[in-house]
Amino acid sequence: MRKIISIILLAILTIGVVYCLKEIPFGETQSQVRRYYINNGIKHTGATNIVTSVVVNYRGFDTLGEVTVLFLAAIGLSAVLYREGKRQKKEGRRSSLILYTGCRFLFPLILLFGTYIFIHGHLTPGGGFQGGAIIASGFLLTMLGCWKWGGVNKIGFKITESIAGLIFVVVGLLGLLYGGYFLFNYLPKGVPNELFSAGIIPIIYVAIGFKVGSELSGVLDNLIEES
Amino acid sequence: MIYYVGSFGLIIIGLYIVLTKRNLIKVIIGLDLFETGIFLLLICTGYVKGGTAPIFSNAKLTSALMVDPVPQALVLTAIVIGVATLALALSLAIRLYHHYGTLDLRKIRELKW
Amino acid sequence: MILEILLVMVMLVAAISAGIFKNLLNAVIAAGFVSFIAAILFFLLHAPDVAMAEASIGAALTVAIFIIALKKTKRYEDDEENN
Repeated sequence: MRKIISIILLAILTIGVVYCLKEIPFGETQSQVRRYYINNGIKHTGATNIVTSVVVNYRGFDTLGEVTVLFLAAIGLSAVLYREGKRQKKEGRRSSLILYTGCRFLFPLILLFGTYIFIHGHLTPGGGFQGGAIIASGFLLTMLGCWKWGGVNKIGFKITESIAGLIFVVVGLLGLLYGGYFLFNYLPKGVPNELFSAGIIPIIYVAIGFKVGSELSGVLDNLIEES
Repeated sequence: MIYYVGSFGLIIIGLYIVLTKRNLIKVIIGLDLFETGIFLLLICTGYVKGGTAPIFSNAKLTSALMVDPVPQALVLTAIVIGVATLALALSLAIRLYHHYGTLDLRKIRELKW
Repeated sequence: MILEILLVMVMLVAAISAGIFKNLLNAVIAAGFVSFIAAILFFLLHAPDVAMAEASIGAALTVAIFIIALKKTKRYEDDEENN
């Protein structure tokens, strides 16, 4: 009974969407906003990665909203899985020597790679979110392979996340002081394709990289150590 | 053209799994498939034939034919929000299992207090 | 052209099999495989930022979070009664 009704609903949805998608041929988009962003991207911001300049500069307020949603989801997860009362320290089984040494060797390399990706966010493909996810997977490796050495410190994750979020908002408020509006680009733009160029975009991406990395690591830590 | 079919097929399969399956974790897997289909559909609409990635390289700083950068910015945000939502949903599923002892949706609906 | 058709067909077969498997671990791995093929398709559509984000977040962290949640609940999907 349930299957028949759902198949009928999906058939109606298919007919409606196919009727609309026939008007849009594949490969010819007719948006005018795209030309404005591509032609004036370097002149206004100085970043050679157009997607970065759209995410941080032209639509920077949406990125602030998204960082807030991530923060709320992490707090909600920590509140749902909270268990008061006795919490015995579980002695984990120590892993073998090869795994232990391999994880200790790989962890700084992964952190270095993630840091490279979010520092060069305005020059090459990458940015804060991708670099933060790579840093979180580095922490996951230590949580699984070398538990005793990793010594994951919950207070450290929370302090890093809060300070990084605060830096984002403070940089935006300073833009309100110097320019006319929130997140105004007030630092000098410099020469394109250099590391220190594009105004406040590298600073914001570094803050976002730290925030996303420590947030996802805190989420994984809460999930592993729940009971 | 094949991209439209592929992304739309993912949307249909994800919606079917959400509507008819009974295990809670299977419903969450269907939600993940559904979101991936939506992201593919959004990026498909910004494609320009003969275009290239929207990054200026060191060789030339003039504008060639580039694909649309605005849907890519939207999808970048949406991917990260999707994984945060998935983690929150799974934590609620874990709490439900500890409380009721089962993950079957019909039994959870019938148990009262 | 042939490469894209092959990739899309493999992706649809993996998505269908993610709904059919009874062992939930297999279903999670199939969903991770769908994310991986979607990352390759994003690259073929000239979007390198999105491909990097989908590969690192969708194919790695989502599967890890699912497996940790599976460890704390059941692993097999039981159907004791008919639909």
